[in-house]
Amino acid sequence: MAQRLEAREILSSEEMARSLARISHEILERNSRVERVALVGIYTRGVPMAERIAGAIKEFQGEDVAVGALDIGLYRDDISGGVRPTMRPTHLPVNIQGKSVILVDDVLYTGRTIRAAMDALNDFGRPRDIQVAVLVDRGHRELPIKAEYVGKNVPTSADEQVKVRVVEVDGVDQVVILRRDEQ
Amino acid sequence: MTQVRSEPIQSVLGGRRAVVASSPDLSEVPERPEGRRHILDLDDFSPAEILGVMQNADVMKEVLHRDIKKVPTLRGKTVITLFYEASTRTRVSFEQAGKILSADVINVAGDGSSVEKGESLHNTALTLQAMNADIIVIRHPHSGAPHFLARNLDSCVINAGDGQHAHPTQALLDLYTIQSHRGQIDGLKVVIVGDILYSRVARSNLWGLTKMGAQVVLCAPPTLIPPDFLNSSRQVEGHPFASVQIETNVERALEGADVVMALRLQLERQRAGRLPTLREYSRMYGITPKRLELAKPEVLVMHPGPMNEGIEIDPEVAHGARSVIEEQVTNGVAIRMALLYTVLTPRRGGSFPLP
Repeated sequence: MAQRLEAREILSSEEMARSLARISHEILERNSRVERVALVGIYTRGVPMAERIAGAIKEFQGEDVAVGALDIGLYRDDISGGVRPTMRPTHLPVNIQGKSVILVDDVLYTGRTIRAAMDALNDFGRPRDIQVAVLVDRGHRELPIKAEYVGKNVPTSADEQVKVRVVEVDGVDQVVILRRDEQ
Repeated sequence: MTQVRSEPIQSVLGGRRAVVASSPDLSEVPERPEGRRHILDLDDFSPAEILGVMQNADVMKEVLHRDIKKVPTLRGKTVITLFYEASTRTRVSFEQAGKILSADVINVAGDGSSVEKGESLHNTALTLQAMNADIIVIRHPHSGAPHFLARNLDSCVINAGDGQHAHPTQALLDLYTIQSHRGQIDGLKVVIVGDILYSRVARSNLWGLTKMGAQVVLCAPPTLIPPDFLNSSRQVEGHPFASVQIETNVERALEGADVVMALRLQLERQRAGRLPTLREYSRMYGITPKRLELAKPEVLVMHPGPMNEGIEIDPEVAHGARSVIEEQVTNGVAIRMALLYTVLTPRRGGSFPLP
């Protein structure tokens, strides 16, 4: 496997915080009734992001938003041949029936993670609607999926990797693009 | 899990808080484990891998509590259970585990199949593999039969009990049951009472429990646990069995126990001359309410089943407040789901990587 080199930072810690704040405002703008919203973070890094957005909404609006955590391991479409990641328990705080569920993930790429997450949600109930919030949209969709809330659109090539790091998991808030080293 | 926050915005958005609420400590479990092809015994499992299986079993247990117990994980995969020995709970729990994960499960028993016509194990297995078995779950009266299949087949092989050798899925569900009650296995005193010499459950549990740091005491009449039982492994420097104690007096063994595991006394032992009478065994080694008082008040009573109530375990204990025997059965389904998920089935046709 080719070595990876850290090419450049595309979001600093401050920019990340600003992006999440903007996404929180946009969620409020689009969903007038906060009590009908459930934020569901997709493991790993979507979970702390969902909690931060909930914290921001609480700051801005003074209202609590339900926050959940979703593992898509059971719903992946690439189970053949691949390594099976260790799963984390799914917690949905409320019955999602009739709620506006906002799926939160770090990077939107092929769209297959979101598809798997929608399948998973479906097994828990019938949401009123499903929206998607991501920190980075890097393009290259393989499914008809779009994000309502995007921190930053980043044109990438397939040999690059977008890595979101969050304090809760990685000890630092940062988004970088890694490019394969061709030596 | 509704969030109540009052931190200033910068700290909320800057994420200086500790880790996500209600997540277990994952520091020891690799997010992307190396993956394995076969599950033959616990001797080649690391503690981290065992913790990973238990963590996946937690996820599976959540599925077992849903109204609709079905997830698409193993759609299109074929699981064949190949049982050359009688079994109810192990076979049924593998079948249920496979079906909940949407695999196609086919059950083959020694009786009534071409095995009766004298077909060799190798040829039976090759036939099943030719029918696209992704995972073969085998129980066989001869120790080593699953290892033989693993060497000769492309399919994944899961050992569901081979002779007197190993029963890794039972040991993992036992570990999982202890872990889910106590939060850890390290440092617990676990007493295994009964037919140690012939028990594959005891052997696999010895590996699992010692790797997870339990203090294991084996207890049986001297005919079922020879004094030199662990001598060969004890000669190996740093062998995990070095800390295992052997005790022929059940009262002494039970003192201060955190977990008591009674093993089924196989009734043919008496015919083989290992025991004078079952009645005497029961009087000397049966787990009775009175004996259980010697253990810690919060002791867990376990049994791999099927039980001979009134012989190795008193019915009052088997169905009493300290018993987790029925829970072991439910946990068995969750653990076997986790194991079917874990083994890396051969790649067939197209697959699509997720980011």
